[in-house]
Amino acid sequence: MSFWNRHKIFEKNSTILIAGILVVIAIGGLVEITPLFYLKSTIEAVDGVRPYTPLELAGRNIYVREGCYLCHSQMIRPLRDEVERYGHYSLAAESMYDHPFQWGSKRTGPDLARVGGKYSDDWHVTHLINPRSIVPQSVMPGYPSLAKMELDLSDVVAHLQTNRAVGVPYTDEQIANAAADLKAQVDPDSAGSDAFQKRYPKAVLRNFDGKAGNPTELDALIAYLQMLGTLVDFKLYNEKANLR
Amino acid sequence: MTMGEAGLTSALAVFAFASFLGAAMGHDAAFSFHASLACVASLISVVMIGNRYLDRPAALPPAEIGGRPNYYLGPIKFASAMAMFWGIAGFSVGLMIAMQLAWPALNFDLPWTTFGRLRPLHTSAVIFAFGGNVLIASSFYVVQKTCRTRLAGDLAPWFVVVGYNFFILIAGTGYLLGVTQSKEYAEPEWYADFWLTIVWVTYLLVFLMTLVKRKEPHIFVANWFYLAFIITIAVLHLGNNAALPVSFLGSKSYIAWGGVQDAMFQWWYGHNAVGFFLTAGFLAIMYYFIPKRAQRPVYSYRLSIIHFWALIFLYIWAGPHHLHYTALPDWAQTLGMTFSIMLWMPSWGGMINGLMTLSGAWDKLRTDPVLRMMVVSVAFYGMSTFEGPMMSIKVVNSLSHYTDWTIGHVHSGALGWVGFVSFGALYCLIPWLWNRQLYSLKLVNWHFWISTIGIVLYISAMWVSGILQGLMWRAYTSLGFLEYSFIESVEAMHPFYIIRAAGGALFLIGALIMAVNLWMTVNAGKASEAEGAAALQPAE
Repeated sequence: MSFWNRHKIFEKNSTILIAGILVVIAIGGLVEITPLFYLKSTIEAVDGVRPYTPLELAGRNIYVREGCYLCHSQMIRPLRDEVERYGHYSLAAESMYDHPFQWGSKRTGPDLARVGGKYSDDWHVTHLINPRSIVPQSVMPGYPSLAKMELDLSDVVAHLQTNRAVGVPYTDEQIANAAADLKAQVDPDSAGSDAFQKRYPKAVLRNFDGKAGNPTELDALIAYLQMLGTLVDFKLYNEKANLR
Repeated sequence: MTMGEAGLTSALAVFAFASFLGAAMGHDAAFSFHASLACVASLISVVMIGNRYLDRPAALPPAEIGGRPNYYLGPIKFASAMAMFWGIAGFSVGLMIAMQLAWPALNFDLPWTTFGRLRPLHTSAVIFAFGGNVLIASSFYVVQKTCRTRLAGDLAPWFVVVGYNFFILIAGTGYLLGVTQSKEYAEPEWYADFWLTIVWVTYLLVFLMTLVKRKEPHIFVANWFYLAFIITIAVLHLGNNAALPVSFLGSKSYIAWGGVQDAMFQWWYGHNAVGFFLTAGFLAIMYYFIPKRAQRPVYSYRLSIIHFWALIFLYIWAGPHHLHYTALPDWAQTLGMTFSIMLWMPSWGGMINGLMTLSGAWDKLRTDPVLRMMVVSVAFYGMSTFEGPMMSIKVVNSLSHYTDWTIGHVHSGALGWVGFVSFGALYCLIPWLWNRQLYSLKLVNWHFWISTIGIVLYISAMWVSGILQGLMWRAYTSLGFLEYSFIESVEAMHPFYIIRAAGGALFLIGALIMAVNLWMTVNAGKASEAEGAAALQPAE
């Protein structure tokens, strides 16, 4: 029986055809995806990476909601021009708590992986409301409504709990105090600020949108942007230690 | 009343009640809005199933009339019409966002109209709404004809086409309201994904049961491709969309995978949405409609066997080429690149099989613009499946990644290949379904040329802007400083964004001409002469 005749078994039997398809398409995915969950070399061991504060997480959700990833990447490649333009190349560890990841695939605007601390809060407030008032050639949409929308505080705890369920190591204390921590981060003089700082070491407390009152979506988004890429101290990072 | 009618009616009634509760208790406005839509849609469906029952004769339509299969065409007509509708909608939104990049004032700075929310609307409308309806319609047609049997199920095919379009409605309105998972081409949130899973499993069952009761000993090659498309999309959909909702009464969820693993899952999905939705499914169209229209058998049976298995095996590996030089481990990037380059071979094998089917019938290209459209689509397929492997080479990718070159590449495949082969299929299918002659071949000719010029403008503009962008980002002065600030590269894109929008406008005008032509075909076309026995033979 020739090779071509043997193929008739697939053509004459739909169940065998399905089984054949399933086997053939399973191989590539299994080989490429499964090892990422157990090879230790996949995610570097670094100091400083922590889960997002409740305010940063809310800001990140606004970043996702508005589709920022469609024009801004968060992934600096180890190429000379990118490292000089944006900073140290991105580590896998820096996005290990990102559900979903926001590496992006297109740079209509610049990479944002290390935008944190690069501009002032004032700059972000003005730029997000009307980008062309600061960068005349920009093609970014303006987001004036962010300044007016107050954050929904009712389900902050549930957001942290859901993140913990998918693998982000929030502590019981962080979850219990989520709503208080969210408010404390925009109010450095409040009573809760010390406890917040203890729960999220080195997180920045500021009134990000510069306005008194309840935290707005603009506060949250700027808090997120200002922490991007700032968690790992690259003066202390030893990349050779991660050659495993 | 049949079991199916009774079962579906009660299931929909229960679902209507559950969605009513969901609408009343929803945690956010978007979720309540979608639950209300589901409630209204289920109630309308219940009424329509009831009316259908009262209007129909006591017995269901017979599977055969006078020894010939009594083909089931209603759901196919519906999906074909929806394909045309969503096509126009998707191309229009595409034109809108192309113009937003040239003239940002068109974002209107309202939450619902910004680029970030309209872009997923465009991609989903063209890929899943337009492309998906073409695939469902053509697969239901082809599987019946090549198996010489009536489509399986009575209400099930209707559930598939209506349920699928309801998924599109939920996904599209969700994007405008900011409901998104932010996973490219998998943006719909958990409840839309869940609904799609139910619809898709029904789709698989209808297709499979039709295959099982076929009157032909062999399963025709087009059906292999349709089957691989349906199964693999199900696997990809479930893997990539694994998510945990914050509340079962709210729209927001968090993806189960994080960081680098999520990136790998996403592009395993993303690249195979291209490989199995936009390639395998449309190759099935190529394997049926080109031979049928040219009235020639498929060029090589053996080539189609190699084409099929090699394509589906190799495609699955190609995902990591979207993640070159990222924090994804090098071994995975190298695998992705290697398999992407190998993928060039089965792709061109398929192209040769499609093109050579015309041997002995090349003269028809002069007289039949529908066939010309499909043949040019296969040529575009060949072009973009050469460009793709080239762009997956790491050094090339270091320049092309993150730039408009990727956008140009996608559109040479999407407009040239998927668009044209779909148009060709619809130009064949609509007259067949309604028993009409196509209203005007001259209008098809206009559509072909206007759209072709549009595609050429689009992809050349994106080649130039993409390569320019990539070169500007890495340009150094003689003193060793970066030569351009980022915003200078944005400014340099402006003229190309205008040319691209012009190309997109031409493509849309072509589709509008098509819509008029098909409308006239259905409503004012001459009845077709009786169709002879199918010229097509199953693969031997």
